[in-house]
Amino acid sequence: MPSRQRAFLVLALLASGGLASFAAALAVGSLAVPVPDVIAALLGQPVDNAAIVLELRLPRALAGFACGGLLALAGALMQVLLRNPLADPYVLGISGGAGVGAMFAILLGLGMAGINGLAFLGALGAMLIVFGLAHGDGAWTQTRLLLTGVIVAAGCGALVALMLSIAPEHKLRGMLFWLMGDLSQTGAPWIALAILGAALLATMPFARELNLLARGHDTAQALGVDVRRLRYAVYAIASLVTAVAVTSAGSIGFVGLVVPHLVRLAIGNDQRLLLPASVLAGGALLTLADTLARTIVAPQQLPVGVLTALIGVPVFLFLLARHPR
Amino acid sequence: MNAPLISAQALQVSIGEHAVCTDLDFSLQVGERLAILGRNGAGKSTLLSVLAGLRTADVGEVRLSGQNYAELGPREAAKRRGWLPQRHGDAFASSVLETALTGRHPHLGRWDWETNRDTEIARGALKAVGLAGLEDRDVQTLSGGERQRLAIATLLTQGPPLYLLDEPLAHLDLNHQIAVLDLFAGAAKDCGAGVIMVLHEPGLADRYCDRALLIHGDGRTELGSCREMLTAPCLTELYGHPLKEVESDGHRWFIPC
Repeated sequence: MPSRQRAFLVLALLASGGLASFAAALAVGSLAVPVPDVIAALLGQPVDNAAIVLELRLPRALAGFACGGLLALAGALMQVLLRNPLADPYVLGISGGAGVGAMFAILLGLGMAGINGLAFLGALGAMLIVFGLAHGDGAWTQTRLLLTGVIVAAGCGALVALMLSIAPEHKLRGMLFWLMGDLSQTGAPWIALAILGAALLATMPFARELNLLARGHDTAQALGVDVRRLRYAVYAIASLVTAVAVTSAGSIGFVGLVVPHLVRLAIGNDQRLLLPASVLAGGALLTLADTLARTIVAPQQLPVGVLTALIGVPVFLFLLARHPR
Repeated sequence: MNAPLISAQALQVSIGEHAVCTDLDFSLQVGERLAILGRNGAGKSTLLSVLAGLRTADVGEVRLSGQNYAELGPREAAKRRGWLPQRHGDAFASSVLETALTGRHPHLGRWDWETNRDTEIARGALKAVGLAGLEDRDVQTLSGGERQRLAIATLLTQGPPLYLLDEPLAHLDLNHQIAVLDLFAGAAKDCGAGVIMVLHEPGLADRYCDRALLIHGDGRTELGSCREMLTAPCLTELYGHPLKEVESDGHRWFIPC
């Protein structure tokens, strides 16, 4: 159990890591901007390339941080709620649900708001199916949960493939980039950041109760947790957070799975520390991954979801092998 | 306050179509110990979880020191009764000490962190069940008996005046069975704790409890002193297998014929 001082130390370390990832995201690119110039631009002083830093890179870095944090928070909350270390928005087919909504919107020729709206509805729909079938305690629930996630993801994959195959040529590229996870077209990062902050603030007072919930519903109830109310609240917050993340950046895989797990390996499973640490680590990781995605083959850009999946798949397989239950 | 630690009024509990008890009335006073006995599947655990407020009864009410669970709320209830589950699922890695410390939850405020005093209480409880020195072990690496003793230590850390124990002797070897029963007997005698435990060994029930509640599995229940309830004819009927009573060193034991 980490002491309060140690918790603050870990969070301060992660926060400085987040700042470093921001510095990299703002300075690195097809046109390198020296860090002093980045700082000057942020402070509003007129320097060369201030527009690149403030108008292109800053919104994208903020969006990356917000999405990474949202996905990591969603993953951490789902893992507690379902008592399963393998729970994650991508694995459970929730990103797939959002993908179906977004593809449908693009196919219909809707604008940004329409795409976001339908992606949001798709994510909520997939979540209703998965959580509706996979509540309760016991070994069977764990199996059923993963099976339900796989089935939902497969069904969504088929629908997405169907829509891709009938889509006209000029819409295909946009659809594919959305599916692979893309931060280049995120609209307002401030909304996602605000929701991230609000969700974290709303869950922190219940962090110790979440620790108990992770040990089993009856155990938590016997130790004084209002399990019913807590589960509904966490379910609502996890759904909202996932939907916002998936809506604003497309389907970025495995951040929600890998980040909470790595943080848990490093500092243990105390949610009072795990939740904020996952948010910071997830934000920093996605900001870095996105910086890499747009510099590795510059001036071409890779979808950031490809990078996170390339990291996430082996980690997920490793975890599955370690948890044979 | 002279209200009993726990009282049940006109309690009716069932699992699906199967009746566990109908119209059960009883109360448990300070320092009293009650054994619940019955066949597998008779509903002992279900009844105990109703008493612990984790399930609702079909009819009737459970009160802790005069107040029902709805009036108390989960937090206050956790200060008045502790519940030992039959199964312990650990989905995530956690140290032995962390697990024992969860017992302090109802005593801490929303923003409080565990203090040194809480840690001392948890360490004391671990020592009481013979787990001293294992504080940093991962619970997922414990043996069944060690995990069971850790659950008991968590309960002692919680320190409620009423203990509801679902098969406290599961997975324990003989010396720890007696140690655990002695522990709760001591809590009852010295601290006035009430104990209700589901047991499978009538001889130990007779030795460590004041009263016994027999659950027949068809809705019939019998409650009385161990002397009255735990007899060869009664237990033969309860378990559906002939049992013989023998006496040794002043203790009564029941042996399957």
